[in-house]
Amino acid sequence: MQMLSLTKVCAGYSGFQALFEVSVEVEAGEAVAVIGPNGAGKTTLLRVISKLIGATSGEIRMEGASLARVPAHEVVSRGIAHVPENRRLFPRLTVEENLRMGAFPRAARKRYGERLEFVYGLFPRLEERRGQPAGTLSGGEQQMCAIGRALMSGPKLLLLDEPSAGLAPVVVQAIFDLVRRICAQGYTVLIVEQNIRQVLKVVGRAYLLEAGRIRLAGNSREFLDSQEIRKTYLGL
Amino acid sequence: MEVFDIFLLEAILNGLLLGGLLALLSLGLNLIFGVIDVVWICYAELIMCGMYAVYYLHVQYHWPLLAAMAAAVVIVAVLGVILHQFVIRPVLGAEPINQLLVTGGVLFFLQAAATLAFGIEFRNLGVTLPSIRLGEMSFSAARLVAFCVALAGMLGMYLFLSRSYLGTAIRAISQDRAIMPLMGVSPARIFVLASALGGALAGLGACLLVLQYDVHPAIGLSFGPITFLICVMGGLGSMAGGFIAAFVFAQFISVGGFLFHLEWGYVLAFAFFIAMMFWRPQGILGRR
Ligand SMILES: Nc1ncnc2c1ncn2[C@@H]1O[C@H](COP(=O)(O)OP(=O)(O)O)[C@@H](O)[C@H]1O
Ligand SMILES: [Mg+2]
Repeated sequence: MQMLSLTKVCAGYSGFQALFEVSVEVEAGEAVAVIGPNGAGKTTLLRVISKLIGATSGEIRMEGASLARVPAHEVVSRGIAHVPENRRLFPRLTVEENLRMGAFPRAARKRYGERLEFVYGLFPRLEERRGQPAGTLSGGEQQMCAIGRALMSGPKLLLLDEPSAGLAPVVVQAIFDLVRRICAQGYTVLIVEQNIRQVLKVVGRAYLLEAGRIRLAGNSREFLDSQEIRKTYLGL
Repeated sequence: MEVFDIFLLEAILNGLLLGGLLALLSLGLNLIFGVIDVVWICYAELIMCGMYAVYYLHVQYHWPLLAAMAAAVVIVAVLGVILHQFVIRPVLGAEPINQLLVTGGVLFFLQAAATLAFGIEFRNLGVTLPSIRLGEMSFSAARLVAFCVALAGMLGMYLFLSRSYLGTAIRAISQDRAIMPLMGVSPARIFVLASALGGALAGLGACLLVLQYDVHPAIGLSFGPITFLICVMGGLGSMAGGFIAAFVFAQFISVGGFLFHLEWGYVLAFAFFIAMMFWRPQGILGRR
């Protein structure tokens, strides 16, 4: 079954077009990566899916239903949770209050207790630091908290924007292990990464985005074997 | 104990009572600033409207006092929403100075409109609460009631902000407005809610003030500036800072007034404010 589909989506910022007729599909249960250089439009792509910015043309469908008329704050109720670039925790709220914010939609509030337990099971570190302001966490812990906050809404589709950015190498490894575990839990994942070698080990398929256009699409094997990817992005 | 000490103690306790009331007044202003990032310069004029609402409903229309007060809280809450939707929302993206000027405009508009509608007479509720004697000290029951209600109001607000989903969203939005939709929160709705709450707090303040003071169109000027300075001294937008600052300020007014002369209390309090601005311009618990 198809989870998410973007068809010829164009989007940008006042007077500047960042995405050109981008088409992306994600099947239920799949993990898909979007890779590409800085400024390619990867973050913009995730923003347009969660409707933080509007598409100027094209169509976005979640489980077959168009998101065109869905206001930004209702996208999460459609099953899409977005872990934004740079985590964007509420620094002066505690860890647990950040998680509570993730459960803000009415349907999610009913299952707050059980999901909190699930998130703490996934990240025992967060439970240890539940009463601490999120701004005092280490980078890796903050990323866990940001992912946990997204999981609190009970999403079907998880959008991850560079979860490994700015983290120490050991922590990067831990984050990718975690993404793998989340995929194994049955979540559908669309992940943006600059850490291409690592992310291709986690996902089944990938898209290469360059200058706002999809340049390449294929499974991870094809990406790892591609001359272009090897030369430009893996330095081989 | 010497008589002098008893009266000093009385002044301190009166300062405490005044502090509770000032803390309640500053809470609403801080809430609005913390959430919307706009200072309602006309906040005390909303309180003035609430005082008139209590006066007219109770004295002219013979509503029971408590019903008139409940209605006043609702009326000022609605005024807060109207103020937000028609005055603040259009200037949300504007320069802070323009936001300040437009709410300043509302201040004088409300004052002038009240003069037109109600005249310049001082109006009195005609309710006198007894004074309570405690040994050689005496306290006005109105102040005691105001203090208790103000504390209860603040406790209620604290519980709402710390325990509920909406309250948490209100605190979160001041930390990162842009990602609120990702949490399923519509910032526009939170702004309306905060405006209604800020208005309701102003309405509650009005109910407590009208028990102690006559209402007239310019009454906002006698406590609006103090409320604003308390918020600044506590750190604009910091509700806890405003709470502390209100009690400090009230002690200056009350004890300073007792030790020297009533007017001296205010002179000392404002001098202290100026000194604080040199020492800690961001306020007691302010960031930046
Ligand atoms: N808020 C913004 N306003 C204007 N332009 C932006 C904004 N955010 C990103 N851009 C521009 O859009 C392009 C794509 O940015 P982005 O999606 O952040 O790229 P990536 O995430 O792939 O690094 C870049 O050229 C960037 O400068
Ligand atoms: Mg990016």
